[in-house]
Amino acid sequence: MSDRANHLLVVENLHVAVQGKEVIRGVSLALDAGQKIALMGPNGSGKSTLVSTLMGHPSYERTAGKIYLNGEDVTDLAVDEKARRGMFLAFQYPVAIPGVSVANFLRAAVNARRGTEVPVREFRKEMTDAFHMLDVDPSFMGRSLNDGFSGGEKKKIEVLQMALLKPVVALLDETDSGLDIDALRIVAEGINSVSGPGTGVLLVTHYQRLLNYVKPDFVHVLMEGRIVESGGSELVTKLEELGYDWIEKRISQPQEG
Amino acid sequence: MANRPVETEKPRASIDIRDDYAEKYGFRDPEAYFHKGKKGIDHEVIEMISRMKKEPDWMRRFRHEALDIFLAKPMPTWGDTELLGSIDFDDIYYYIRPMAEQGKSWDDVPEDIKRTFDRLGIPEAERKFLAGVSAQYESEVVYHSVQESLTKQGVIFMDMDSGLREHPEIVQKYFATVIPPADNKFAALNSAVWSGGSFIYVPPDTKVEIPLQAYFRINAENMGQFERTLIIADRGSRVHYIEGCTAPVYSTNSLHSAVVELIALEDAYIRYTTIQNWANNIFNLVTKRAVAHKNAVVEWVDGNIGSKLTMKFPCVYLVGEGARGEILSVAFAGKGQHQDAGAKVIHAASNTSSTVTSKSISKGGGRASYRGLAKVHRGAKNCKVSVQCDALILDPESRSDTYPTIEVDEERVQMEHEARVSKIGDEQIFYLMSRGLNEQAARTLIVNGFIEAFTKELPMEYAVELNRLIEMEMEGSVG
Repeated sequence: MSDRANHLLVVENLHVAVQGKEVIRGVSLALDAGQKIALMGPNGSGKSTLVSTLMGHPSYERTAGKIYLNGEDVTDLAVDEKARRGMFLAFQYPVAIPGVSVANFLRAAVNARRGTEVPVREFRKEMTDAFHMLDVDPSFMGRSLNDGFSGGEKKKIEVLQMALLKPVVALLDETDSGLDIDALRIVAEGINSVSGPGTGVLLVTHYQRLLNYVKPDFVHVLMEGRIVESGGSELVTKLEELGYDWIEKRISQPQEG
Repeated sequence: MANRPVETEKPRASIDIRDDYAEKYGFRDPEAYFHKGKKGIDHEVIEMISRMKKEPDWMRRFRHEALDIFLAKPMPTWGDTELLGSIDFDDIYYYIRPMAEQGKSWDDVPEDIKRTFDRLGIPEAERKFLAGVSAQYESEVVYHSVQESLTKQGVIFMDMDSGLREHPEIVQKYFATVIPPADNKFAALNSAVWSGGSFIYVPPDTKVEIPLQAYFRINAENMGQFERTLIIADRGSRVHYIEGCTAPVYSTNSLHSAVVELIALEDAYIRYTTIQNWANNIFNLVTKRAVAHKNAVVEWVDGNIGSKLTMKFPCVYLVGEGARGEILSVAFAGKGQHQDAGAKVIHAASNTSSTVTSKSISKGGGRASYRGLAKVHRGAKNCKVSVQCDALILDPESRSDTYPTIEVDEERVQMEHEARVSKIGDEQIFYLMSRGLNEQAARTLIVNGFIEAFTKELPMEYAVELNRLIEMEMEGSVG
């Protein structure tokens, strides 16, 4: 792509192997400021692997391809460096850190992201607002991060982090799974309010229900490590009605002429 | 603990702890000693110490007898016998008295000594805790201020030598009743040559609201420090004693062997908090034991960082019905260090309970051992014992081991013992780094989280200091 600088995030021909097996087999995509892209696909299609690799997970081996953030090649940057430059991954399975309070963790993350010590009072206000927005009980500030949290609580805390860290590119990995309908709505509202005109969001999901609240501008369908279908939000409706079978059938048939 | 500021988030310049330690804590003052004695130990040295201190005859005889016990007792045949065997008892000064006599106020303290305390941050502690700052420099306490309200309450808080002079009747009644010289070789050594330490007596029904603090420090090469602490909380009283240690770097081995005795009489409460951060060449062989009478509570909060070899097993004897003991400890074993730490709880009365929480971290080839004893005597009914040891091993070169001993001679007892060994998970590191923390900050945060159960029990400035020490220890830990 010659216009890398015109997009927030550009992924070019990405190939990823996990334990020697190729899981992502040539994915290219671009994400723009203010844009929301949904990445859909059946279980095992490589969605989580893709976003984890974009963030730099050490278990995933990138065998080919490039990643550009604001036109800069970030392919080989360390995870923390990418994070400080504004990449964010909301985890499908957030990790527990026993003994580290949510408040202390958030402060460390916010300071790292902004490259400066945010004054305590200012930070507390921001944190309190974020807790309020995501309807998380303030008692969670003092609890160990993700330690014994329910699935829904964990997902809310992920979006809460996104709100505080104000990412440039937000990768949301099945942030909708494990949420009841109320939590889903709150989380969706959180995502909407956080993703302003300067932010690009890549939403990984295999249900359409989150997309009822967070309207994607564009949809990619990932299957067997490749983007096999792309379209506007009408694709979500089609997938909802027909499932993935029709795409699967199409790609399994020998290509003709 | 949500309100505590995070002390781990600020990435520092990467300095190796060993260099930084020398620069930060390893400063040395010229050895301006009034009396430095001779190296090695014999009855002549004991006689000299006792005469210099102008002690009562019973103490003089006590010392001589203790020396005989020390000389007769073999070295322990358990623990890190190799390291223990490397101690050269003939190459140690057993008594040094600094030039400065005891200062009455901060202004009276000599400049070079003051500089040492400045760098240790004592004046800040002093400002915050105007009550009893008792700082031991070498073998004598040079600076000692006791808040007036304490005196009004009838609380005695002074160095052990003064205690013996001014309150001989209390000292003679309790001294060495919890830890007799024959208890172990190092207790015998301490009994023979002890100097300094704290003496605290809290009268019945008296609550000491502010923690009493003391700093200890070794400053002469090859000098042993043998402080002796005795705390008596009379019926229904309450006291919290805090002791923090740092020491300069030495080129040769140094020995620290303290004896600490706590006596909590009926309904009394004693908490004893220690953070020790000895230089890597110090042998830290300490005997700490408490007796808890009826419905009394004793809590040991014990943090061990540094030293070459630490052997320390704070103990609570629950001798009165309804007594409770709690031992919370943290050990950090870095390169070339062996932290052999643990806890002992002895249930000798019914309806007594004890909780032991031990956290150890080993790194850079360091070794952390938990050695514990939980004993319930016959006839001590309805006792509750809970022991939990968690070990965190930071790299494949490091080591952690657990030696728990459980002796229960009574059938009706509730006993829990849990031991866990863990490593820092790659997923944890990835998660924290994906939020912008560098790898070292991520590891440090996880380690500080691991010991949070301990840290949260510390007064704020100690918690901050401990987190900083851990942060320094974690520097250079990313391979």
